[in-house]
Amino acid sequence: MPAETIVEARGVGKSYDGAVEALKDVNLMLPHGRLSTLLGPSGCGKTTLLKIIAGLIPPSSGEVWVKGKKVEGPGPERAFVFQDFALLPWANVLRNVAFGLELRGIPKEQRSEIARRQIAEAGLSDFESSYPHQLSGGMKQRVGLARALAVDADIILMDEPFSSVDEQTRRKFQEELLDLLRHKQKTVIFVTHSIEEAAYLSDQIVLLSPRPGTVSKIIQPNIERAGRNPDEIRRDKNYLDVVEEIWQILKHYVV
Amino acid sequence: MNSKELIAKRALVWQLISFALFFGLWESAGRWPISLAFPPFSKTSLALLRMAADGSLAKAYLSTLQPLIIGIVLCSIAGIGFGIAMGLSRAVEWFSLPVFIILQAAPMAAIIPLITYIYGIGLTAKVLAVVVLAAPVIVMNSYKGIRNTNPSLIQMCRSFLGTRRQEVMKIILPHAAALIFAGLRLGLAMGFIGIVIAELLITPTGIGDLITYHSSVADYPEMFAAIASIIVLAALTIHALERLEQKLFPPEIRGS
Repeated sequence: MPAETIVEARGVGKSYDGAVEALKDVNLMLPHGRLSTLLGPSGCGKTTLLKIIAGLIPPSSGEVWVKGKKVEGPGPERAFVFQDFALLPWANVLRNVAFGLELRGIPKEQRSEIARRQIAEAGLSDFESSYPHQLSGGMKQRVGLARALAVDADIILMDEPFSSVDEQTRRKFQEELLDLLRHKQKTVIFVTHSIEEAAYLSDQIVLLSPRPGTVSKIIQPNIERAGRNPDEIRRDKNYLDVVEEIWQILKHYVV
Repeated sequence: MNSKELIAKRALVWQLISFALFFGLWESAGRWPISLAFPPFSKTSLALLRMAADGSLAKAYLSTLQPLIIGIVLCSIAGIGFGIAMGLSRAVEWFSLPVFIILQAAPMAAIIPLITYIYGIGLTAKVLAVVVLAAPVIVMNSYKGIRNTNPSLIQMCRSFLGTRRQEVMKIILPHAAALIFAGLRLGLAMGFIGIVIAELLITPTGIGDLITYHSSVADYPEMFAAIASIIVLAALTIHALERLEQKLFPPEIRGS
């Protein structure tokens, strides 16, 4: 069943100082309620594209439409998860998770209640009053994700969220993310440079070519995930085929 | 006793040894004597006690600290405000950054005779002497504190719909607080230099008067006691501020 498009990029281009061309004529349709990955080698502008969708960077040409509206800046229907977590070092976990709500002027009791629920779901209840420097990388990213979920946005934009955590934590995160998507109607747009991560998580993979970044191929993995454990998925023939297919394309971009 | 306390205790012992060594050397150099104008540590200490007892020391500090405190308070308000404005506004930055870079590098003590020429020899001139020395580092630290805000935190604030005002109040200022405070501490250290130069160069008042007077009548122990007292006062004040800074802004939560 084809899902309805929630994010659309029309001829998006980005150049810096008119000289360095990071993105060129990117056209994309990302489906509602699914996880789409932007995948490509470093320097392909995948993070730039994500930040343009987030409204943090204006495109030099073209436009992005989210839920039928043209993107002019950040919006309440989009929440961002940062690669470097972007937690306030002087605020404890509770305030960090509630920070998006704090900025929206939600009263303290109400936002603390929402934040506590998200913290509990992230399994961090014992760390509510801890500060970021007391947490491991994995825990910090749980806080970052809880903050994004606390504002109840439809679209979660994740910029290489698991790249600075160790491999075990990363796999655990990936499973939790799939679990989350099964239970909540969220659209996730996920930037990564890991082929396995993209194949394992995605409903749709957008492959970008480098310099200037442009869509080179769109792959729909079609891996049956329901009722199967992670190891079964990682041994699935479709999964292995997708990893191979992506590698055959990406290896030409590796210098 | 845990190992941390043990280390602290050992450090204290070494510090005491270092002090004893320093004062011992001073004592023997004074007794040798290396110069008639160089009194030993014991005589200097006695002179300090005498000056403390007869109230001349307290009276001197009362007049020395007045321009110092006025100057530092002025710098804290105007200097920090100006530094923050420079950090937040490109126009203010473009206009005034070169001035403060030059002021910070220039030997500002050279301006003090000019201040006397314009503002005379009263309190105003001494306050100004403190201000010209202390202001550049206070302004520059505030400016750098604002400018060094982690760009990723600013993007985070914007992505969660923070307004520019929220960005400044909730991200930029808390982030800059530690550097601003450090600027105040360095500014105070410069202020001490400024006030002593002013009191020696403009008109002898306060501690500068004690130093000048006792030197002119060859009361060298008193003169050294006055010098030592201002050094100790400055060192202790700056150290206390540094301690406070560590407590208020431990490096873990500074986030830079």
